Amino acid sequence: MAESTVHQSRSRDLDKLLLRPGNLVAPTFEPGAQLRDDLQEYAKILVVGAGGLGCELLKDLALSGFKNLEVIDMDRIEVTNLNRQFLFRLEDVGKPKAEVAARRVMERVSGVNIVPHFCRIEDKDIDFYRDFIIIVLGLDSVEARSYINAVACGFLEYDSDDKPIEETVKPMVDGGTEGFKGHARVIIPGSTPCFECTIWLFPPQVKFPLCTLAETPRTAAHCIEYAHLIKWDEVHSGKTFDPDDPEHMKWVYTEAVKRAELFGIQGVTYSLTQGVVKNIIPAIASTNAIVSAACTLETLKLVSGCSKTLSNYLTYNGVEGLHIKVTEFVKDKDCLVCGPGVLLELDTSVTLQKFIDMLEEHPKLLLSKASVRHQATNLYMQAPQVLEEMTRSNLNLPLFELMGKVPRDIVHVTGTTSRDDKKASCLRKLCLVFKGADAVTDQDMAVGA
Amino acid sequence: MAEPKTKYDRQLRIWGEQGQTALEKASICLLNCGPTGSETLKNLVLGGVGSITVIDGSKVELGDLGNNFMVDESCVGQSKAKCVCTFLQELNDAVKAKFIEEYPEALVDSNPSFFSQFTLVVATQLAEDSMMKLDKICREANVLLIFARSYGLTGFVRNSVKEHAVIESKPDHFLDDLRLNNPWSELKRFAESIDLKVPDPVAHKHTPYVVILVKMAEEWAKAHGGTLPSTRDEKKEFKELLKAGMVAMDEDNYKEAIEASFKVFAPRGISSDLLQIIHDSCSEVDSNSSDFWVMVAALKEFIVNEGGGEAPLEGSIPDMTSSTELYVNLQKIYLAKSEADFLVLQQRVKSILKRIGRDPDSISKAMIKSFCKNARKLKVCRYRLIEDEFSNPAVSELQKYLSDEEYSVAMGFYILLRAVDRFAANYNSFPGQFEGELDEDISRLKTAVVGLLNDLGCNGSTVTEDLINEMCRFGASELHAVAAFIGGIASQEVIKLITKQFVPMVGTFIFNGIDQKSQLLTL
Repeated sequence: MAESTVHQSRSRDLDKLLLRPGNLVAPTFEPGAQLRDDLQEYAKILVVGAGGLGCELLKDLALSGFKNLEVIDMDRIEVTNLNRQFLFRLEDVGKPKAEVAARRVMERVSGVNIVPHFCRIEDKDIDFYRDFIIIVLGLDSVEARSYINAVACGFLEYDSDDKPIEETVKPMVDGGTEGFKGHARVIIPGSTPCFECTIWLFPPQVKFPLCTLAETPRTAAHCIEYAHLIKWDEVHSGKTFDPDDPEHMKWVYTEAVKRAELFGIQGVTYSLTQGVVKNIIPAIASTNAIVSAACTLETLKLVSGCSKTLSNYLTYNGVEGLHIKVTEFVKDKDCLVCGPGVLLELDTSVTLQKFIDMLEEHPKLLLSKASVRHQATNLYMQAPQVLEEMTRSNLNLPLFELMGKVPRDIVHVTGTTSRDDKKASCLRKLCLVFKGADAVTDQDMAVGA
Repeated sequence: MAEPKTKYDRQLRIWGEQGQTALEKASICLLNCGPTGSETLKNLVLGGVGSITVIDGSKVELGDLGNNFMVDESCVGQSKAKCVCTFLQELNDAVKAKFIEEYPEALVDSNPSFFSQFTLVVATQLAEDSMMKLDKICREANVLLIFARSYGLTGFVRNSVKEHAVIESKPDHFLDDLRLNNPWSELKRFAESIDLKVPDPVAHKHTPYVVILVKMAEEWAKAHGGTLPSTRDEKKEFKELLKAGMVAMDEDNYKEAIEASFKVFAPRGISSDLLQIIHDSCSEVDSNSSDFWVMVAALKEFIVNEGGGEAPLEGSIPDMTSSTELYVNLQKIYLAKSEADFLVLQQRVKSILKRIGRDPDSISKAMIKSFCKNARKLKVCRYRLIEDEFSNPAVSELQKYLSDEEYSVAMGFYILLRAVDRFAANYNSFPGQFEGELDEDISRLKTAVVGLLNDLGCNGSTVTEDLINEMCRFGASELHAVAAFIGGIASQEVIKLITKQFVPMVGTFIFNGIDQKSQLLTL
């Protein structure tokens, strides 16, 4: 008895929202103690990133009725994190973010369980991500967002009418900040645009032309990038530049100062050198708090139905006054990532090796070093070595046979592709149709086209 | 490279050493340390404010453990102010953290002079009556004040200060100050010294677009009785002339010139925003005027006299395709002009100070310099007293908001947030705060809403039933995620007010947690 009083009392405020019926709620909303208990018991949520947003997200989710959380982050704590990543202290510097963040929240909020994963997001099996009801992203890189988005969209299956199958939908909530500005968005693969549908929202970083750096420098940044990208290699043949090594950074700074003096250019400072070389994005606690809170609220609403949801992209700008805007972006129906899959027509004789070669040349895919998976079977894996050896013999077999002679099915391929001249891991869903496999295929094709 | 500042590196890149110093000098008072207040202070303690004083008279209950990260099980039964203060201190030992176990409402009534020791007061979860009293106290004592409240899926943030003048407004996108539509003689002479038809292709494609445009505009003016292109056809023709100047397809400087040609067509003189500031009645200065308005008075004189209708030149130029030499020379020309403008303005400041009986050197050179550099971007924010807004709102705005689909939910929440305080004043609890009386509370709240709308002069306007029902469902709950959002906004406003950088919001921010279509209402 005492236990249940304590329990009720602890969720005093949240109970109002979860136990009472409402008028402006999702159609799926079923208020009651059961809903509250189910959230605690069954809703498993993954937070990707344990940095500025991740710390806030873990705290917010732990205090929004969720008790099963996991967090993944490959980074270690740095001194410059401490102005906003409030779960970390000076003595934590050097420790894995995910582990410290998880421990601090569990110490403070009793009953919450957080499993930390100190690794790269690509190190996890795809199936690791399948386990979560929602994936919440607190990241600062386009590549990482793109990867998780592809993983989550990869689970999505369409029925014969090209409608998304409910049970395969893995929603994501994504946040991002820069200075006084930020965004929060809800991604429901198959219904709302996925990260890739609106990739234009993240324009590639502008790089200085090498000839400007080498011949006509005009700004302090030009001098810094000259030292970093040209002079370093000239002087340190073979030694790679490490932005986290203070000696390296000081060398670049000194060289940049020399160059600036030579050309009569003002403004090279150590701080600017770090900023340019590491592409530092300024970050403060308040914006992270705002964006994470919006993401958490949307997560709670998606899982419980206790209110309407954000549809589907919120921007915040506090530079001049306060501007909050909600935009309803539309899905790209031909999206390579969240659509029904890139349709590839193949002869039944095409071998797996030939297929992998085709991916590299396919104009929409340009995917090299592909690993191929069909349902739960790895047809070919580039790594680790054991798996490569185990699957290598498949390369010379016809793909049609490896896939159990079905006339049409989905395969998932992972590999690398280049975006803005940078190599990135990528995951694609392909819809393969084997020519002449049987008559039904032709009809399917007609519908698909 | 100062080591102790390393932890602030990511924010120093936003507000600089000066902004940081202002934060480190500030003393902040928090009223009520539920999640809204705790989260506001958390963001400020991390950023390194000078001191915090937490004021709350309540004890920690079990329910607080479910929405406030700054308390834990060991705190139950203890002073909430003390517990929150202890946990906040953990975040940054450079901050002086104090607490007072007392109800803010009582403090407002019993000891109004208490608040004058602070730079800024953040008042959270206060009812209307105390808000109005505190507002007057802080206004009189010249203490910055921010109200913040979380209530179910809604809430608000409202700044209150008589006047907040910003020099460093640091807008995101602001047109650079190149004067291509009104070049001064040194710039013209520099442009004249450069031959656009230089035969060397490398030199040709490294002539900065500023030079190209100044020369082409000069040429155009000569052929057109001294006027610059103004009609669509003229602008098109001007761009064609620029295109004709290219000798190769890859000349980025000419592409930049065509793209920037609108800077030649732009009207001369100052913006309407700046015009409004120099014509503000405060620019008629006397011995009580602030430094800001003294400088505005000097600026007004400058624009009319030496400026020839323009503000002092900003003095910096954006990066552009150019040889190093020409770019650096161009930089020097802009810098020299801005330095000359600064000296004139400084002289005017001094004589104004003398005229109003103040020490002519009482405004620092650095301050005047910053003022000159930012003259085109000055901002003045003014806030009504809460009592004025509550008793005498801009009815036309109010009605507009109520009937505008984009604003009606936010406006509904604004009315409801006030109506629940009336409700509480009558019934000693908030609507839906306790189980069992929901239906009755809904109709009582409806009555309160109608009464309030009548008092505001909006007879006939309504708030939807759905929204009234939702407000009762919320039952005065303080949800952590909503509190973190509201607290985040409040702390960001604190930073803007204290650093005097960027532009604080003007109006009442209403959070709409239903579909996130929050709005800023000016009433």
